[in-house]
Amino acid sequence: MASPSDLAVSEMDFDALPERSWVDKIKDTARKKPLGAVSACAVLVMLLVAALANAITFYDPVQNAFDSMHVAPGAAHWFGTDQFGRDIFTRIVFGARTALFVGFSASILGSTAGLILGVGSAYFGGRFDLIFQRFMDIFISFPLIIMALSVVSIFGTGTQNVILAITIPLIPRCARVVRSSALAIREIPYVDAARALGFAHVRIIFRHMIPNVMAPYLIMLTSFLGQAILLEASLSYLGLGVQEPTPAWGLMLQGGAEEYAESAPWIPVFPGLAITAAVFAFNLFGDAVRDTLDPRLRSE
Amino acid sequence: MYKYTIKRILLMFPTLLGAAVLVFFMLRLIPGDVCELRMAGTGMYVDKEAIATCQQNLGINAPIYVQFIDFITGFFTFDLGNSMWTGKPILHEIGLRFELSLQVAIMATLTATIIAIPLGTISAIKQDTWIDYIVRSFSIAGIAMPSFWLGILIILGLLIMTQKFFGNPWMPPIHYTPIWEDPVANISQLIWPAVATGYRYSAVATRMTRSALLEVLREDYVRTARAKGLLEKLIINRHALKNSLLPVATIIGLEFAFLMGGLVVTEQVFNLNGLGKLFVESVTNHDYTMTQSLVMLVAVVFILTNLFIDILYAWLDPRIRYS
Amino acid sequence: MRNTRMKTLLITAVVFAVALWSFAPAEAAPKKGGTLKFVVGSKIPSYDGHIESTFGMIHPIRPFYSLLIRVNPDNPASPTDFVCDVCEGGIPAPTEGHTKYTFKIRGDITFHNGQKLTSADVKATYDKIISPPKGIESNRKAFFSMVESVTAPDPKTLVFKLKYPTGAFVPALALPYNFIYSKADLDKHGYKWHQKNVNGTGAFRFVQHQPGAFVEGKRYDKYHHKGKPHLDGYRAISAPKMAIRLQAIRGDRAAIEFRGFPPKARDDLKKALGDKLTVQESDWNCNLMVTPNHKRKPFDDARVRRALTLAIDRWGGSKYLSRIAIVKTVGGVVFPKHPLAATKEELTKIAGYWPDINKSRAEAKRLLKEAGYPNGFEFTLHNRGVDQPYKVVGTWVIDQWRKIGLKVKQWVQPSGPFYATLRKKKNFDVSIDFNCQSVINPLVDVSKFISDDKAGNQYAQYQDRQLDKWFEEMNKEPDVKKQRAIMRKYEKRALDEMAHQFVTLWWYKINPHRSYVKGWKIAPSHYLNQHLDNVWLDQ
Repeated sequence: MASPSDLAVSEMDFDALPERSWVDKIKDTARKKPLGAVSACAVLVMLLVAALANAITFYDPVQNAFDSMHVAPGAAHWFGTDQFGRDIFTRIVFGARTALFVGFSASILGSTAGLILGVGSAYFGGRFDLIFQRFMDIFISFPLIIMALSVVSIFGTGTQNVILAITIPLIPRCARVVRSSALAIREIPYVDAARALGFAHVRIIFRHMIPNVMAPYLIMLTSFLGQAILLEASLSYLGLGVQEPTPAWGLMLQGGAEEYAESAPWIPVFPGLAITAAVFAFNLFGDAVRDTLDPRLRSE
Repeated sequence: MYKYTIKRILLMFPTLLGAAVLVFFMLRLIPGDVCELRMAGTGMYVDKEAIATCQQNLGINAPIYVQFIDFITGFFTFDLGNSMWTGKPILHEIGLRFELSLQVAIMATLTATIIAIPLGTISAIKQDTWIDYIVRSFSIAGIAMPSFWLGILIILGLLIMTQKFFGNPWMPPIHYTPIWEDPVANISQLIWPAVATGYRYSAVATRMTRSALLEVLREDYVRTARAKGLLEKLIINRHALKNSLLPVATIIGLEFAFLMGGLVVTEQVFNLNGLGKLFVESVTNHDYTMTQSLVMLVAVVFILTNLFIDILYAWLDPRIRYS
Repeated sequence: MRNTRMKTLLITAVVFAVALWSFAPAEAAPKKGGTLKFVVGSKIPSYDGHIESTFGMIHPIRPFYSLLIRVNPDNPASPTDFVCDVCEGGIPAPTEGHTKYTFKIRGDITFHNGQKLTSADVKATYDKIISPPKGIESNRKAFFSMVESVTAPDPKTLVFKLKYPTGAFVPALALPYNFIYSKADLDKHGYKWHQKNVNGTGAFRFVQHQPGAFVEGKRYDKYHHKGKPHLDGYRAISAPKMAIRLQAIRGDRAAIEFRGFPPKARDDLKKALGDKLTVQESDWNCNLMVTPNHKRKPFDDARVRRALTLAIDRWGGSKYLSRIAIVKTVGGVVFPKHPLAATKEELTKIAGYWPDINKSRAEAKRLLKEAGYPNGFEFTLHNRGVDQPYKVVGTWVIDQWRKIGLKVKQWVQPSGPFYATLRKKKNFDVSIDFNCQSVINPLVDVSKFISDDKAGNQYAQYQDRQLDKWFEEMNKEPDVKKQRAIMRKYEKRALDEMAHQFVTLWWYKINPHRSYVKGWKIAPSHYLNQHLDNVWLDQ
């Protein structure tokens, strides 16, 4: 049975957008935003590389090979090998899996939790909102890396805990932005109407509020991707992130990579480049998403 | 206006208290303690009795609420107590590092501002040209590049280059000398981390300058000025830039507050004895008293900066006060 | 008065220098002056040697203090060569059935604050170490469990009376932690004063400590070893990251680091600095162990534990790992260069040390099958978040176990939580652990293998009364030959028959330093020979 408010929403959904094929839309966007298009391609390539890691590498990313330690880049090992004789190209390719897994999990979890909390806070308002905002203040006043450091110290290292450590500080940052958008929506008459009709809070939040704050949500999500990858690298570099023998970029920059940097510069250089390239692509992509979804939010 | 300011200041206290509760319990959730680490961490014979005595002396075994009350009263009476690791007064230990962190933050801010404002302006004026694309790529690269990696490359580059050209490898000093004692030693140590972090920082500020300026350039009064036929240079300098500086100043301020406590990784790379390194060390040493004080310090700086910015905005824009 | 003293001092110095010249023509005469800069990779907790055990305290603080006896600075490589520091003559031979040691204390020693040192100070020091008052920590009481009493019958005499004769006593006296404090300080300022203050009789006086940055010392002119120290002073600079310590030596921000660098780092430095760099190397009194948790299945089964040790190719690993990590020497439970250690022939009879690794791995697979795991199983290796050598060796043993069909994941924790897991939570399958001591004192060092209710640092959670019995016998056995025989039985049972926990490889100490640093000789431990009184700079 279709309720009045359902109708209201569906009418909004079919708003005045002209009917065009999605191919045209993409072409159009690519022409207007060349940087965005390039970054989208880069992100796609990265996803493909991570997915097809087994097919595009010839070595085992984990197995030690003591007869080929510290081999310089060449035909056999494009990016050289590390102190355990492991192929660096292979480890970077497999490391993309780790980076993307951590990056996507943390940013999706973080921004989704932020979305729900932000909308909830705006919707209920009043005292709840006030107290809740203090909580967000507390979390935000902890510097990101310090928060992550403490979380990892408590729960220990390892991929899941790193994701947790990165997710927690992202939540309040998203919640704030979403809340301010949601505050505006709450004032729109149809939400009042839905309330007056006595719909459950959960239903109003999920059906009416959340769909309307998707733009800031997606913007925050994409901007978190790069941040999460960087944070993962920093934590791993401090020895608090993903652990050996898992291939991960930040981990590859740590320990031996730095100590032997001079005679084997390929060990720190390539993973660093991989991080930079990945975060670069995600940031450009995030910019493009932001410009497309909300031209007013052109700031950071 | 006064009501708003007072309300904001009062709201600071629950936040600080919350931060205190959070850090207090978070630290105690980390397995292990300072005594175990000091006395059993070297693979040598371990004396259980000595560990118990140490725990007794440091009050680690005291009931949680006693420890908490001690911490809170200490914090509000500005008596931070002693570090559990070195036994020295916390204020003294923090003071030493504060000097260094402050100087790096100032130098990084200068570096960033010098780069960011001209680049951001050019990028905005030449929006969607290749200059804009280059500047934007340059600044996104700054955000994308891990600053600790840049640091590693800088040190490596210095060692290799100096050996190549002067025969002797040179590296920056590895311990801090105050600038009034030996300015050369001081600058030659701190300039590199300032550049490594300044790049990232400038990237953030460049992007802000660009977007703030773009926004202003679309405002009516700028169009009016253009219509009046004023020189483009004059418009930018006199009208647009000035008005777009507020958000830029904001982001610079926020980043500055962040740098004071956030140089965690870069300080590792350059062996800087700053607040970030102290932070990592005190967390890994289970030095509760020190970590608590540091978190509260960072929180206070951060909250005050935010408060200042919010009040400034409210003062400039009356609409904010009522929302 | 002062003039005459100066003159005597000068004359003694000259005589000493001439004597040194004539005895050791190979080494040039030490030059006076200069400040030694060295880097330290760990942090200083308190200054009190009786409490702390990290080299982060020993390296910067030890030069401020003297000991009763010390490892011979001219022959630190020997595990049995000790000489007097504040005592006179040689190490006294025990009397009364090997239970009484009478030391003569020198009369010409003053503390840095001007006060004279007597045997009462040494007695007060050892009383603090052996039987501290309630509420005062002392971390090495157990090393002196054989001591019945310490007395100072007159200002120049100190007597230790033992409960039973043992070979473990003299090495314990040479522990670098036994800083001699002044009795007056202890009486006046209490037993905690030395945690934050320094007043010793060492070659250097305390100048300043900037927490987290450096410790500075300057020469003590009235130092009791004549003609020393050669340096004007030193600066111990804190640098927790190994990369920084390496770069510091390369860029001459520091001349030396006393803990040790991996081999590749040595090679890189040598290549960059040529003959401006000197390298000293030594076996190291530390070993990395694998500790299975006996309270967890299937590690309660000796067959499974034996399979774990049989899978590890120690001889091969020594060759490869010694190129990337600070481990090298293959050895059993005793420091390999000590008379009590197993010979190579004796070693090859212990499981995991067999010369043929294929045969060893076949046996491991057979044992696993017998224990009910024909296809291997999965478990987690708990490790410490420190690169050298923990994570490197951890990564290596995982690869070794893969070869007998075991799937192992690594679980790395920072030092604090790592020890909390070993000591309190005990929720690990198999852990990396290590045994690392200062003075080589095998009779005490192997206590790592006795039952966990007796050893404070045995984390495998087993009880083996047979080992306890042998340990006791060994310690009370004055005859070295018999000690050695018991040690072999002890070793075979701990490493092979029961495979309670096992040694992977012993560490290998490599100290590349600037060639202008002279007089410092490498010891088999980074805790030893760190008084710096014989170091000089050839600049």
